[in-house]
Amino acid sequence: MDIRHPVPTIYGYFQEKYGAIWIEEIGKLKESFGDAIENVLMPVESPVDIPTLFIKKAKAHELLNLLKNNYHYSFLTDYTATDEMGVDTTSADAPRFNLVIHLMNLENKARIRIKVRLHEGEAFETLIPIWAGANWAEREIFDMFGIQFDGHPDLRRIIMDMRWEGHPLRKDYPLRGYQVFLTPEPLDPELLK
Amino acid sequence: MSNSKFQNDLPLDIARWAQPGRLDISLRKDTDDLFEDSKMLVNIGPTHPAMHGAFRCMAKLNGETIEKSYCEFGYTHRGKEKLGENRTYHQFVVYTDRLNYCSALINNVTYAMSVERLMGIEVPERAIWIRMMCAELARVTDHLICVGINAVDLGAFSFFLYGYEQREKAYSLIEKLCGARLTTSYTRIGGLMADAPVGWEKELKEWVKETRTVVEEMDKLLTDNRIWLNRTKDVAVFNKEQCLQYSFTGPNARAAGVNVDLRRDQPCMYYDQMDFDVPIAQVGDVFDRYYVRMEEIKQSLNIIVQCADRIKPGPIWADDKRTRIPDKDVVYNTMEGLIHHFKFFMTGFNVPKGEAYTAFEAANGELGFYISSQGGPTAHRMRIRGPSFWHYQGLDPMIKGGYLADLVAALGSINVIAGELDR
Amino acid sequence: MAKDGEIDFFTTRFEDVINFARKNSLFPLPFGTSCCGIELMSTLASGYDMARFGAEVVRFSPRQSDLLIVAGIVNLKMAPVLRNIYDQMADPKWVISMGACASSGGIFNVYSVTQGIDTVVPVDVYVPGCPPSPEGLLNALLRLEDRIAKGDTYSQRRERAQSPLLGGSK
Repeated sequence: MDIRHPVPTIYGYFQEKYGAIWIEEIGKLKESFGDAIENVLMPVESPVDIPTLFIKKAKAHELLNLLKNNYHYSFLTDYTATDEMGVDTTSADAPRFNLVIHLMNLENKARIRIKVRLHEGEAFETLIPIWAGANWAEREIFDMFGIQFDGHPDLRRIIMDMRWEGHPLRKDYPLRGYQVFLTPEPLDPELLK
Repeated sequence: MSNSKFQNDLPLDIARWAQPGRLDISLRKDTDDLFEDSKMLVNIGPTHPAMHGAFRCMAKLNGETIEKSYCEFGYTHRGKEKLGENRTYHQFVVYTDRLNYCSALINNVTYAMSVERLMGIEVPERAIWIRMMCAELARVTDHLICVGINAVDLGAFSFFLYGYEQREKAYSLIEKLCGARLTTSYTRIGGLMADAPVGWEKELKEWVKETRTVVEEMDKLLTDNRIWLNRTKDVAVFNKEQCLQYSFTGPNARAAGVNVDLRRDQPCMYYDQMDFDVPIAQVGDVFDRYYVRMEEIKQSLNIIVQCADRIKPGPIWADDKRTRIPDKDVVYNTMEGLIHHFKFFMTGFNVPKGEAYTAFEAANGELGFYISSQGGPTAHRMRIRGPSFWHYQGLDPMIKGGYLADLVAALGSINVIAGELDR
Repeated sequence: MAKDGEIDFFTTRFEDVINFARKNSLFPLPFGTSCCGIELMSTLASGYDMARFGAEVVRFSPRQSDLLIVAGIVNLKMAPVLRNIYDQMADPKWVISMGACASSGGIFNVYSVTQGIDTVVPVDVYVPGCPPSPEGLLNALLRLEDRIAKGDTYSQRRERAQSPLLGGSK
């Protein structure tokens, strides 16, 4: 029994199943959003595995709501950020952070990636009204990168100690930047009011 | 001493007190309460007797009912995402076992798969079969420990010991395979560390036979047990909609009716040729999560037997020059082998520029690695999507209005592993 | 006690008996944070029984235990908590640092990890391994028992230094 699969093209392993669906959906999104979608990377043409849309901050919520309700990408798989300091050397004012949101369609199990580029100090509006699970993900992004979220009910550090200074996953934070505390983290009774 | 402020004939609402699970939040005002806001704060602190790991749950209690709680973690944060940016892809394999340490092989398999996808490497057949067997074995051990600890928290101690015996035998099997019991670091990018010893599959099949009888016994102990049903039925219910809002995956979501299993829906290795069922429950309480896990153990045992029947001898390394670690006789006897070995371990291999998110159905849920590479030997961003992170977030809404004892049951049923939670 | 104050025959024998009792009835406090915690559980279970060495009664409260087994990573966030727990234990108390992460930070030399719990609490026995095999932990337990019998642990040295009966200064 020959069970050896043909060698897949790099990044093309979902192409067979979802390629046509993606092309259709991305086409429709490009029409409705026009300029707000800065860039679209499709698998196999560009080195990504699922369609990656770069969207402007202002229209991000609209796009996500549309994807959740009309296109059925209703499952928030992952919500994170990356620090692109020093990657884009072409323009001097390149945005430093990329907010990365992975969504999954629960019916046909297709995935899509949305990226929002943010400058340092720029805040993003919270995604909690759309997915309640974004609460802690945004706290983690704030803790690790320092990106503020407008409208978040409780934006404070989640993984690091509340007295920690600096944001560890930034590229300029050293790997061994220890900060020692002599007392356990204080309990804040305000949180339980 | 009779104080006119006290009502001496409060109606005793026995029916309400006798029901397990949720009380209404809109409790009538407790007129016996002399101090208005004297609700007790309970701190289930970072040193946890229930051996789940180190995280903290603070609850504000009104009698026995939890009015508000907040959960905190971060006491085992080891900076793996930052380490991913500072270690080569090969060096990072060691850190992946320590994510969900109860099922370390699954993390290894997922990581190797994700880097191989970025590089376009196709792993040979035998390696895929061994990886699948390892993944299912690890899944069985993880589920045994999860339901075991859940039972121990609620008082059923011998249930845990039945499963523990099988786990110890599984550890011996894993030790025969790769030398380590718990933190295996077994897969390599492009292959495996070493081939399975001769006769390993037969021993594995015997272990499967034993485990099947043990799981049946465990089932008989608890599934129809009146005490267990009272403690776990309709406790910490998290229905389908809430699961989707909080991004639950894996057995926690399947207990609520979410029909997603990545082994069936996005099959990666040879799962599309395997014949297995996916158990789905309806209610989403602690009992459903326990029962879905017990059923999944049985299905995983089926998969292991099918893999063990189909495996054939063959190579376990992909032929790719970038990732294949040269054999020792080549290294010691040829110059090219020596240089290749040196460059491989000192500088690492370059992964072409690109990004990919690879997800696999781990024991807890969807374990995903989002690796973004800028073409160097280390990752630019190594993001680990650990399922326990999203599950622990759901603990707060799950136990609101429940009893303190239900918090313990809920915490055990969600299977929060501190390694995945904090990374 | 001899005339010039040095420890004499009777005190020495008594100390031996007390150490014998102490070493054979350790009450461990398993401070298990991560992967080593699972191997600690394996050691306490029936395969590699720790009860046969007397350390069966596992107490999760520091007031009721005397052996602190730190199994797993100790963060910079967790270190003050560990110190609190150590301080709450009553003398004599012993610490086993189980695993590479507890002994020296292990493979994690990152911003959030203490590089060894001996920066926080005095450690009597270190167990190498990641995670150490249960046999390794039992070996460490036996070594600790040997040192208790000799009177060579931090806690006993403290006791001798502080107690006038045993020749100390206080």
